[in-house]
Amino acid sequence: MSQKIFAPWDDPNEKPLIRFENVTKKFGDFTAIDDLTLNIYEKEFFALLGPSGCGKTTMMRMLAGFENPTSGKMELAGKNIAGTPPNKRAVNMMFQSYALFPHLSVWENIAFGLKRGSMDKRAIAARVEEMLKLTRLTKFAGRKPHQISGGQRQRVALARSLAKAPKLLLLDEPLGALDKKLRQDTQFELMDIQESTGTTFVIVTHDQEEAMTVASRVAVMDEGRIIQVATPDGIYEAPNSVYVADFIGDVNIIEGTAKPAGDGVYFLDWTENEPPFLATSDVPFSDGQKAHLAIRPEKISITTEKPDDAKNTVQGTVLDIAYLGNLSTYYVQLADGRIIKAQTANTRRLSRRSITWEDKVWVSWNATAGVLLEQ
Amino acid sequence: MRRASWFNVTALTLGFAFLYLPMVLLVIYSFNSSKLVTVWAGFSTKWYGELLQNEAFLDAAVITLKVAVASSTLATILGTMAAYVLVRGGRFLGRTLFSGMIYAPLVMPEVITGLSLLLLFIGIGLDRGVLTIVLAHTTFSMCYVSVVVSSRLVSFDRSLEEAALDLGCSPFDAFRLVTLPIIAPAVISGWLLAFTLSLDDLVIASFTTGPSSTTLPIKIWSAVRLGVSPEINALSTIMIGIVTVGVISASLVSKRNAVKAQQDMQAAERGAT
Repeated sequence: MSQKIFAPWDDPNEKPLIRFENVTKKFGDFTAIDDLTLNIYEKEFFALLGPSGCGKTTMMRMLAGFENPTSGKMELAGKNIAGTPPNKRAVNMMFQSYALFPHLSVWENIAFGLKRGSMDKRAIAARVEEMLKLTRLTKFAGRKPHQISGGQRQRVALARSLAKAPKLLLLDEPLGALDKKLRQDTQFELMDIQESTGTTFVIVTHDQEEAMTVASRVAVMDEGRIIQVATPDGIYEAPNSVYVADFIGDVNIIEGTAKPAGDGVYFLDWTENEPPFLATSDVPFSDGQKAHLAIRPEKISITTEKPDDAKNTVQGTVLDIAYLGNLSTYYVQLADGRIIKAQTANTRRLSRRSITWEDKVWVSWNATAGVLLEQ
Repeated sequence: MRRASWFNVTALTLGFAFLYLPMVLLVIYSFNSSKLVTVWAGFSTKWYGELLQNEAFLDAAVITLKVAVASSTLATILGTMAAYVLVRGGRFLGRTLFSGMIYAPLVMPEVITGLSLLLLFIGIGLDRGVLTIVLAHTTFSMCYVSVVVSSRLVSFDRSLEEAALDLGCSPFDAFRLVTLPIIAPAVISGWLLAFTLSLDDLVIASFTTGPSSTTLPIKIWSAVRLGVSPEINALSTIMIGIVTVGVISASLVSKRNAVKAQQDMQAAERGAT
């Protein structure tokens, strides 16, 4: 069965729902958003990911209308919205603190936005019931926010922001206040709701796992700039910089100089007494150019005997083992003192594991296992 | 529990005696049947009966209540607006001056406030009466309201207002439908504070009063100058009673609300799904 892949960002005819064009936002001398250009498409689940202070919250607040760009163009469905106040935008936001009105019941909280329009009473009631059902809150309609649990409050906040059927829903760290187990369940719930309502979601998060799970595309931000925008697997497997590779997941970075070795294949000289590593790259490198090989620990094999078929092998000593239950990460120290992380799935019980501390081991990987990065 | 030392017991007794003994004496003597205030001649409630016949006192009471209601309501509206601007307005030109000027009446000697208001009313040719007392009381009590309300606004989660705007409210609607209901307890206690301040003010009222607008404190003060009568004791006892009931019920209500909120919270955590 072939299914059409959802990828409007690859279609040049597709009109973006949101367009940032050279948007800059300054607070006094501080530049929060620096000349940012970005398209977000309809029905996307778009994640803004970055450390605190990277500008992701400012971007969201500009979309909601609480901040206005200092310069640049911001469009929603083809209309410039810079300067439009928040109450005149077809954009709703789910706040990090949920911001539920404490003096109103769950029902009244959800109905709050609907009552501001010209909707008649019966239509409002029907819409609230629909939202209550969608978020499984029907039983709690009469309760006040302080009379329900954290997970329920989160769902009330979601229902309230979705009630007006906005073109765009903004979620500011929506799961930050929930514990880990509940957060995982809620992630899938969010995805289901996003899909069933067909609303475009933009989520702000500093939790990379959350961004990878829910999003159709992820934008990694740093210091007011977008470093990379790609699908979760694109971000993980083909990061465009050491910053992104390092920010998402665990990675080994091996610095060296590149030497072309045929069509898209390069040698990486990384130390004096060992043979160079072989790596492929879509980005061209010139002879002697500085390069970083980024390679994920799970792409590296660890063996006691030297493997015959691998392109890159190097010997070292096991320095440390981080046992995570399902996985184990081996910290292997090479002859020059460098440490390589290799990860294996623990498919066997612990007692039968063959590699332990101080063992001489071989780490190995293929030419295509890592990516070569300029910076 | 720690046992009370003799020092603590003595200090407590002396302290309470210092605070409440005069009032207790006043209450006791209000039930004295003798015309002489300092000679006990048996229990009686006749002075309370006479009080109800005394039209001058009743008129003064009505005027005092009118002034207190009007001035505390005005002070609450103005004080809340001032607090909102100070807390929410961000930085604007003259903000420091404005906040300083709002709180200045808190420390200003009443005599000076009263005198300057009197000069103002004479200057603009406003006849002194109920209106001038209301204006004067509003002036000095609005800063108290402003202090109470702004301390509540500082701890108010700004995102609640933003959520209201986000859901389609105009800024005024957001204030009316979200901010005001949530800060209502602070606004009400600000009103009560302004009300009691107006109720027992003597100095400013005597500066700004006119011939037909004698308030109760002025009436009592001038009556006492001719000698303390048991009637005044009775009147004062009634006022003490009103204030006591008000304070106790206000604290009971707030305590009950706090306990209930905590119980609800615990119930919610237990029933979490």
